[in-house]
Amino acid sequence: MELIDQRTKAIMEGCKERAWEAGLRFAPETLEYIVTNRDLLELTPKHMIPTLYDYWVHDVEVHREKGRYELYPNNPYETVINTRPAISFYNDNNPDWLNVMIFYHVLAHIDFFQNNLHFQNTWGEDFAGKALSDKRAVAMLRSEKGRWVDYVIEFSRGIDNLVGYYKELGGNGAEDRSKPTRLDFYFDHFLQEVQPVPVHEYLREIERYNACLRQHGELADSFFFAEVLTRHPELDSLYEKHLQHHGAQPADLLDYLQRHSPFLQREENRWMKTVMEIVRTTSLFFQPQIRTKIMNEGWASYWHEKLFLADERISGHEVGFARIHALVTSMPKVGVNPYALGMRLFHYVEELADKGKLSLEYEQIASAHERQRYDARTGRGRETLLDVRRHYNDFLFLNKFIDQDFVDRHKLFVVGRRLNPRKGVWELFVQSRRAEDYKKMLLDSLYHPPVVEVDESLMDDGCLYLRHRFEGKPLVREFIGNTMLGISFLWGGPVKLETTEWIQDRSGSPSPYAMPSEQGREPVPRRVLYTMEDRRLSRTLL
Amino acid sequence: MDRYDDWTLLQMGSLPRNAHIHGLSSVEDLLERDRQREQDGFPRKIRIGRLVKPSRGGKERVILVPTTVEEKFIHDTRPFQEEGGAGGGSGDGQEGEVIGEEPIHGSEGSGQGGAGQGEGAEHEIEASAYDLGRILSEQFQLPNLQSKGTKRTLRRIAYELTDRHQGSGQILDKKATLRRLVATNIGLGRVRQDAEIDPTELLMGPDDKVYRILSLEPSLEAQALVFFVRDYSGSMSGRPTEVVVGQHVLIYSWLVYQYQRRVETRFILHDTEAREVPDFYTYYNSTIAGGTRVASAYRLVNEIVEHDNLARDYNIYVFHGTDGDDWDSDGSQTLPELDKMLTYANRVGVTVAHGHGGNGYRSRVEEYMGRAKLAERFPDRFRLDTIEEGAGEERLVEGIRQLLS
Repeated sequence: MELIDQRTKAIMEGCKERAWEAGLRFAPETLEYIVTNRDLLELTPKHMIPTLYDYWVHDVEVHREKGRYELYPNNPYETVINTRPAISFYNDNNPDWLNVMIFYHVLAHIDFFQNNLHFQNTWGEDFAGKALSDKRAVAMLRSEKGRWVDYVIEFSRGIDNLVGYYKELGGNGAEDRSKPTRLDFYFDHFLQEVQPVPVHEYLREIERYNACLRQHGELADSFFFAEVLTRHPELDSLYEKHLQHHGAQPADLLDYLQRHSPFLQREENRWMKTVMEIVRTTSLFFQPQIRTKIMNEGWASYWHEKLFLADERISGHEVGFARIHALVTSMPKVGVNPYALGMRLFHYVEELADKGKLSLEYEQIASAHERQRYDARTGRGRETLLDVRRHYNDFLFLNKFIDQDFVDRHKLFVVGRRLNPRKGVWELFVQSRRAEDYKKMLLDSLYHPPVVEVDESLMDDGCLYLRHRFEGKPLVREFIGNTMLGISFLWGGPVKLETTEWIQDRSGSPSPYAMPSEQGREPVPRRVLYTMEDRRLSRTLL
Repeated sequence: MDRYDDWTLLQMGSLPRNAHIHGLSSVEDLLERDRQREQDGFPRKIRIGRLVKPSRGGKERVILVPTTVEEKFIHDTRPFQEEGGAGGGSGDGQEGEVIGEEPIHGSEGSGQGGAGQGEGAEHEIEASAYDLGRILSEQFQLPNLQSKGTKRTLRRIAYELTDRHQGSGQILDKKATLRRLVATNIGLGRVRQDAEIDPTELLMGPDDKVYRILSLEPSLEAQALVFFVRDYSGSMSGRPTEVVVGQHVLIYSWLVYQYQRRVETRFILHDTEAREVPDFYTYYNSTIAGGTRVASAYRLVNEIVEHDNLARDYNIYVFHGTDGDDWDSDGSQTLPELDKMLTYANRVGVTVAHGHGGNGYRSRVEEYMGRAKLAERFPDRFRLDTIEEGAGEERLVEGIRQLLS
């Protein structure tokens, strides 16, 4: 792995100037490395972060990648990682004109990383550097604790998709909650939970406070509490404690376990929290990337096309460019190519905005003919694009802009699959060309981790109670056992998971030989409770 | 100044060299770690998967790789029925129009250790199967099969360069020649005990040259003949076939290892009629819609064994995969054939893969085989294993353990 040579770097700098002029905004410092195929194979499992902590699953994947490479020797043209400065990797045998195209692609990625608001929590840090120090912390712990470090990594990674990305993005609600005053604490918690008093006494206290307020005005608090403290000298320390507890709420399960797991609070297990936090922050770092895949690739493809064709340094290579560009951004007959779809959607949005079609006025036009001809010549396409790249993620992007016109223009459809028993093959067919169906198919394919919450009200018996919020899809059943095993290890006790599963009622079926379709029974969603206790999993219907 | 602090390294503009390489552990290390997991009370995680690159002409390349799955709470997006949406697409065509076809078994695509994949390139699958077998033996600690009935071992004649001959032969045995040369010269008094030997002074007689020559070596070696029998009737399409064939691939691999490649295989498919197919590829890929007569297949196996007089020279294993359906509902035709087979076979392993897990449901095959008390009558030779059609690779290996133990 080495830096690109000075001549190539000069090409990159030229690209930066042109991209900057075209409206992209990114930090001027970047690092470009040439990597070998072997490097790439070994970096892939680590999400291309060379300094990511070592973990055996990565090694397994490296072995698999090597096998894959033997059969299918191909590699990506480039990879960008979202750090400060932004780092990108290249194969070393590209001609200059191809490098120009790739550099524009990379610069658009960097622009996206550094401007899209979903990435804002990654702006302040150099992730490669942070990962390096994490890697060393893990290595150091491993030398002391051996394989148990790997177990903790494994179990933490088992729930690292549940990280509270949006909570963290919103500052975990810290600024929304003002600190409770001592007065709030006294009336809301102390008199109701810590030292419960009958209602009439409670009312008497309120009355007493109001009297103080009338009599002493601004000094009411101190007079009031002077009296309270004679009765409850412990009030102040309880209040302090309450404030600490009241701070930011746990953002996710990993955070919750770190704070409240009795097992992790033990002196000899404290080190595990370090490992868990490393896994958690690493996962948080990658969250925005997963959620902007289509936009990010579309954005980069949009710009490499636009900027490459405008770059006078490479004239004469348009055909080579066209070939590679078409390879990258072609719409497959079956399947979805995020580069292609994203790029076309950005083009479409630009056109809509240029014609002023993203307006209420346009929405209100009913005539199809007029809608087609509508052109307000606002010329705000570019500006709108930059806005979209700042504020949207994949869900918003697809949900807002995919409409029937777009689907028709690019002849998109949902592919269905059915069995043809006569020929013994699966037939692929055009299932639907409706925009709603296409959009639904896309949205269903987006990354969406389940919502699993801790319910403290059901945890009297020392058991961690998790509730999965059912959103139409059950959890993958085969994975539940081992995931819960890990949580149970980190919690140091039994764990329960309440979730929903589709259950097919077989009880009344006429014959075991009957085809499932003959039974005519739709599976019904039922709440089930999984319990992991002493490394054994049990399941009951609720 | 500490030269290895983060600041310096990053300022030097290069990430620590090979930082990502040093930690790479070998497959053996990883498997060792996996064994350790069991002792620590956690389930194993590493599986051996196969990557297959199909190509024209039936020559496929198979590569064995370790795989693992990181289990998490994730949404199950697999469709209820196999039919349904398969993603997006673009291009011409009316709604409802068929735009392509894919083979039933190909849907797994390449990658992941799915069900067994076909082979055509003999040597490559051989090599891979051997590796897979080795890893299976080591990883899953399958019981090593007893070599039963040594009387059935074959006297193999092999030519080996083990015998020595003086004066002429195929290969000069230098060490033996030197030793003889020294002995001769000691006899002649040309070599003294304490003096240094000068090789130019040594005399060589015609008989001093010792050669190795080719010679007949009889050796006793066990040979295995494996019949893979599979129901390919209509009811088997989809998962049951994958389960059965996936398991047969694993068994095949393991036997190849166990018998040091001296395994011969015969592949038999049956619906109402049985037929023998030449290779695993055909065995794996054939489908047909028809009824089921298990007896036809067993009869064919018996005929082959009888006709070729195989029982004398081979350890014979028969593995049969079915969904448990049989037109011969009481086994009146099947059981006599099976009884006959059990007189010579070292092991008959029947795998029943069906979708009716639990509920005490038994398929016809299970029923009549159970009634015939085969397991009691032939405790060494007969095994029956029932697998749910959704079973993963681990269950398949567990099944093999059942069939082979």
